[in-house]
Amino acid sequence: MSDYLYVGKDIPRTIEADKVCGRAIYINDLKRPGMLHGKILYSRYAHARIKRIDTSKAKKLQGVRAVLTGYDLPDVRVGFIKDQTVLKKDVVRQFRDEVAAVAAISLEIAEEALHLIDVDYEELPAVFDPREAMKEGAPLVHEVDARGKPVRSNILPLPWKFQAGDPEKGRRESAYVVKDDVRTTWVNQGCMGTSGCIAEFDMNKNLTLYSQTNVPFLGKQRIQEYLSRLGLGKSNVRVLNPVVGGSFGTKLDTDIYEFIAIQLALQTGKPVKILFTREEEFFALPPRQPALFNIEQGCDREGNLTFREVKAILDNGAYTSWGATTPSVMMMPISSLYRVPNVRFDATCVYTNNIYAQAMRGYGNPQATFAVETSMDRLAEEAGIDPAELRLINCNRPGEETPMRLKITTCPLEACIKTVREKIRWGEKRGKRNGRGVGMASLIHVAGGARVYKSDGHGIIVKVDQNGRVDVLESGTDQGQGSPTVISQMVAEALGFKPDDVSITLGDTSLCLWDAGTHASRHTFMAGNAAIQACRSIKRQILEMAVEFIPQIVTYAIKKKKQKDPNFREPDLDWKLVASPEAMDIKDRYIFPQKAPDHPYFRTEVSEILTRGLHVGTGQSRVVIAEAFYDPPTEMLDREMKGNYSMTYAFGTTAVEVEVDKETGEIKIVQVFAAHDVGRAMNPTLVKGQIYGAAYTGAGYGLTEEIQVRNGRVMNANFRDYKMLTAKDVIPVEPIIIEVPDESGPFGAKGIGEPGLVPTAPAIANAVYDAVGVRISDLPITPEKILSALRKKDVC
Amino acid sequence: MKKVSVCFTLNGDSVTAEVPVTWSLLKTLREYFELTGAKEGCGVGECGCCTVIVDGDAVNSCLYPIPEIEGRSVVTVEGIAGKEGTLHPLQKAFLENNAVQCGFCTSGMIMSAKALLDKNPDPAEEDIRTSLSGNFCRCTGYVQIIEAVRRVAKGNT
Ligand code: FES
Ligand code: FES
Repeated sequence: MSDYLYVGKDIPRTIEADKVCGRAIYINDLKRPGMLHGKILYSRYAHARIKRIDTSKAKKLQGVRAVLTGYDLPDVRVGFIKDQTVLKKDVVRQFRDEVAAVAAISLEIAEEALHLIDVDYEELPAVFDPREAMKEGAPLVHEVDARGKPVRSNILPLPWKFQAGDPEKGRRESAYVVKDDVRTTWVNQGCMGTSGCIAEFDMNKNLTLYSQTNVPFLGKQRIQEYLSRLGLGKSNVRVLNPVVGGSFGTKLDTDIYEFIAIQLALQTGKPVKILFTREEEFFALPPRQPALFNIEQGCDREGNLTFREVKAILDNGAYTSWGATTPSVMMMPISSLYRVPNVRFDATCVYTNNIYAQAMRGYGNPQATFAVETSMDRLAEEAGIDPAELRLINCNRPGEETPMRLKITTCPLEACIKTVREKIRWGEKRGKRNGRGVGMASLIHVAGGARVYKSDGHGIIVKVDQNGRVDVLESGTDQGQGSPTVISQMVAEALGFKPDDVSITLGDTSLCLWDAGTHASRHTFMAGNAAIQACRSIKRQILEMAVEFIPQIVTYAIKKKKQKDPNFREPDLDWKLVASPEAMDIKDRYIFPQKAPDHPYFRTEVSEILTRGLHVGTGQSRVVIAEAFYDPPTEMLDREMKGNYSMTYAFGTTAVEVEVDKETGEIKIVQVFAAHDVGRAMNPTLVKGQIYGAAYTGAGYGLTEEIQVRNGRVMNANFRDYKMLTAKDVIPVEPIIIEVPDESGPFGAKGIGEPGLVPTAPAIANAVYDAVGVRISDLPITPEKILSALRKKDVC
Repeated sequence: MKKVSVCFTLNGDSVTAEVPVTWSLLKTLREYFELTGAKEGCGVGECGCCTVIVDGDAVNSCLYPIPEIEGRSVVTVEGIAGKEGTLHPLQKAFLENNAVQCGFCTSGMIMSAKALLDKNPDPAEEDIRTSLSGNFCRCTGYVQIIEAVRRVAKGNT
């Protein structure tokens, strides 16, 4: 094992003690002097023409400072393909369309003012099923595109087409082929902290935005662009992150409410806060992208995969956010989970009058892996091969390049499959059909960044004061994953200081360097690599000072000793030991010669050197600071949608045992083993926390969670009707950490934020099949669906 | 708006508050006393982020009408650490056991757990799960939270 002092250790999160004392400041708790409260009026129809908006009564209400509609704002388009405006005028296209906004001195007054706004609508025909919306003659959600050109279809000009090898040939060479339709649904990210922001302008129209974003720099860029369209090109934008109450994808886009707060703040000259209610959190935030898949794959007689072909239809909703880009990640498991030589993947995103979607933990991976891994089970059955065996036959291997040109570095997938197979006692439990069953599913996910923007860079600034306190200005964000603890461990390790010496500042675009965002399970990987670079320079600076100052300190000490004790014999010191930075090292805040770590004269506490550096008193004083910008040598997807977009990929396998009650259709999760390839765990307890949390959300995805959307309206916008798992729903997860340090990762680490979620739902679906012989390919797997499938099976 | 004046004990101190009669205990704690540890995750009694202890019971303070607090004793997450700043064993266990991720549910979780342990210092896992079932957590999957509570429970016996 390694001889790291801090990396790999279960350092507790004491750095976040404020959170257990009720002292951490979330957006909910943040107030600014003179702050106003903003509220948003949403559409009453899924598709309608706005005939008239009357805000006069609202404007007259005492305490109201601004009422805005789309007619008051310049026509500036926002969003991923600029297909919406901040406040909608003329036409509304979904129930969450923001029609008007109010700022008032209190929340109550703002709410009252919303009731006083009169909007007359004329309802338009709407379309809610993406398959219907694709047909000719379907009602058009948008009549013109972002450039004002008329459009003829609801299909987005964003085709996802991927092909590798020759799928037809693969099909011809197959001994067994299976085909299936799979459906995944809208899922709410369910952050316990609701969304919100505060926008505040100074007299020079510089904007400070207190935002929960996990992409502060891209957010800043979008807002800067927006302001310049408003004629405020000279405004500086500073994005600041308060403590964030969960993200899971919701903070990846700059949301409309943030632009609305900015508009209200501009209008009133006061700081404006918008804070979502739980109901808004459910209907006015983009949830996980739903998808319809048609998947077909085959294998030869020996079980070697021959081809895989997937067609996906994505309900884009009325506007476009990151949901429309989930195919870029779906492509990863479809092309690269297990070795499959011939692959085709087509995804079509279609406008409808439903709520629009975006990212959630795992991006498009949970959807696609559900399709791939349930299909693998079908194929195993068709071919008469044990499902675990089929996976092992086709297991990814280290050093391979996948059809998508992903370069697999380390890959302990085989170990993951074998470990969970053994843990769950697969051989003994499988195939009984007695109401108890086991199933498994694996995953591949980016684990070394994800080049979805031109730069996948990540900056860090490290400075050390004269007392040896280390300040790290870190360009990522923390939405709860524990980055401050992990980064302090990595910095302490790289510097030879202690984690307690390190303070972390996150999420401040003015202080920190650029970063592509804390998404794609990339924070530890990126921050660690940047930190190692910066710390190397810091260490060098300190050791260079040590070369200069240790002789001074030691000579002075000897002189002092001689003065005190005339019998003191001057030691014969080997000054070469401290003659160069290379000859020395730092550990636990002590500088020492590498050849004599415990040297009685040369071993020096860092602050002694640092203080001397500052206090030289000759006009030569120095401070210690270094910055690093780590941009990994990865590739953007090319025109064929191929390219190695991450430095490394994480693998994992989850095995689940379920008990299904044939009378009620209830599923009980008996046990879950989740084996994950993490490179090297920086903090095993925190890694397990990521696996537990993700597995739970994955189980919710599999079993209970679904935003019910009827004719465009969210019907279950509360925790009573939207079923998230509680502490009562026991999901006995045992995380298994598989460590094969990856060369490209800091201290060998790979990302682990998202993987735990990905294989959970398909593993459950496969276990349910093993238990009662029905395949539910439509998430979530509810008791009703099981019962109706059992009934159908009995009839047949 | 009609106001009401209430006297009660808050984290051991006698306090008086004059607030609109429609305010909840949560709003009074957050707005009047500026104790923002209890959080509003839903405002309608479904998430547990606002949990505080009233006369020994864990309650959803978002549903608690302020007039009814008269004469009662309220403990919030801000009131459980020692005066010298030593953390309550639950606070310590939550940090050490990674029972805190984003932390938004944490105040409520800790208060629900405390109400349980005050009544039953050595609860079974089942009791802990039942007591925490009104507190949602999206980050942790509850496992490390339950472990943290059990650790303190064991420590107590
Ligand atoms: S805020 Fe009180 S239960 Fe959710
Ligand atoms: S720690 Fe985030 S909701 Fe519990």
